[in-house]
Amino acid sequence: MNTLEFTLLLGMGSLLAGFLGSLTGLGGGMVIVPLLTLLFHVDIRYAIGAALVSVIATSSGAAAAYVREGYSNIRVGMFLEIATTIGAMAGVVLALYLHVSVIAIIFGVVLMHSAFASLLEKSDGVRDGKPDRVATWLRMDSTYPTETGLQKYHVRGVPGGFGLMFGAGVLSGLLGIGSGAVKVLAMDRVMKLPFKVSTTTSNFMIGVTAAASAGIYLSRGYIEPAIAMPVMLGVLGGSLVGARVLAGAKVRSLRIVFSVVIGILAVEMIYNGFAGKL
Amino acid sequence: MKAPSLQEDQRMDEIMSVLLRTGVLLAAGLVFVGGVIFLVRHPMPASDYRVFQGAAPEMRSIRGILGDAAKFHGRGLIQLGLLVLIATPVARVLFSVFAFIYEKDWTYVAATLIVLGLLSYSLIGGGF
Repeated sequence: MNTLEFTLLLGMGSLLAGFLGSLTGLGGGMVIVPLLTLLFHVDIRYAIGAALVSVIATSSGAAAAYVREGYSNIRVGMFLEIATTIGAMAGVVLALYLHVSVIAIIFGVVLMHSAFASLLEKSDGVRDGKPDRVATWLRMDSTYPTETGLQKYHVRGVPGGFGLMFGAGVLSGLLGIGSGAVKVLAMDRVMKLPFKVSTTTSNFMIGVTAAASAGIYLSRGYIEPAIAMPVMLGVLGGSLVGARVLAGAKVRSLRIVFSVVIGILAVEMIYNGFAGKL
Repeated sequence: MKAPSLQEDQRMDEIMSVLLRTGVLLAAGLVFVGGVIFLVRHPMPASDYRVFQGAAPEMRSIRGILGDAAKFHGRGLIQLGLLVLIATPVARVLFSVFAFIYEKDWTYVAATLIVLGLLSYSLIGGGF
């Protein structure tokens, strides 16, 4: 295989990953690592580096749109970024010392969890939470646009959310993913933010979280230009197309198929990790 | 402490949106141009990435990347694009610091400064 063929194949795979990732809400970065390691037999460290930069690209691109629409809660995002950046840096340090097989196994487990989590139905019920002392002091309560105009909401559980966000940061730094699933869990379940606000704010935070570990990965040689180039362009392009299609698409059945595929990839990652094949 | 005004918050959102989009587009453009140059000049068999050797030493530091990109080398331009990409969220945080100073929201000035400090520490290699 020459360089051009390798680049084009990698680019097309990444395009598909970005497209399906944005359509199903799983994110393209999640699929990149198994795609690169299992299909292209690229070392998992190069795969993590390439996935990380593509995560920054898609999250920043999408955040540009969401921020303007007024969904993202900037204050909540900014405050919790303290936890995710510290977590991400701890995650990279862990990654530098853990054996690649261990990283592959952890990756497989996280992958399986996201495949499962994406199948759960999301409800965006009205939440009549009362004002919370910490959240009020941090002026986190805000509004978000609904069909009937701006809807006010109260934020709760700041310490719990902060703790979970540290965990999300560790996973992001360790595995080169956005860990959107854990971020949404923290904001949706613990802090009781409306679902749409949770997903867009999570997306808003992913870029900063990933940037916290990207610098360290770059200096360690994990970010190889020849691999990161087709992956970043492919995932970004695919996710932009996916976002366009999303408006009128029925994604339920697609999400199930995609989750099954991810589940299989997860099993293979775990198996290869134990077999020491990565 | 006064409550944040809605107009100020909305203007902040607008600028942030433009900042993020510009960063991503600039990064993608640089990576694409660098990629084309790289592919034209390297038609030989693809390198073996099964074994981790790490990117070339000059591709690992800001100084090395800038030097290589200045010579219009494909890899250098790709890596410069990726640097711009990594810098985009950092620039967003930097902008937020000023926006919160403008709003006299000192709690959040402190919060964003902490995040900015951590990011800068990581970006300069942080001695890890």
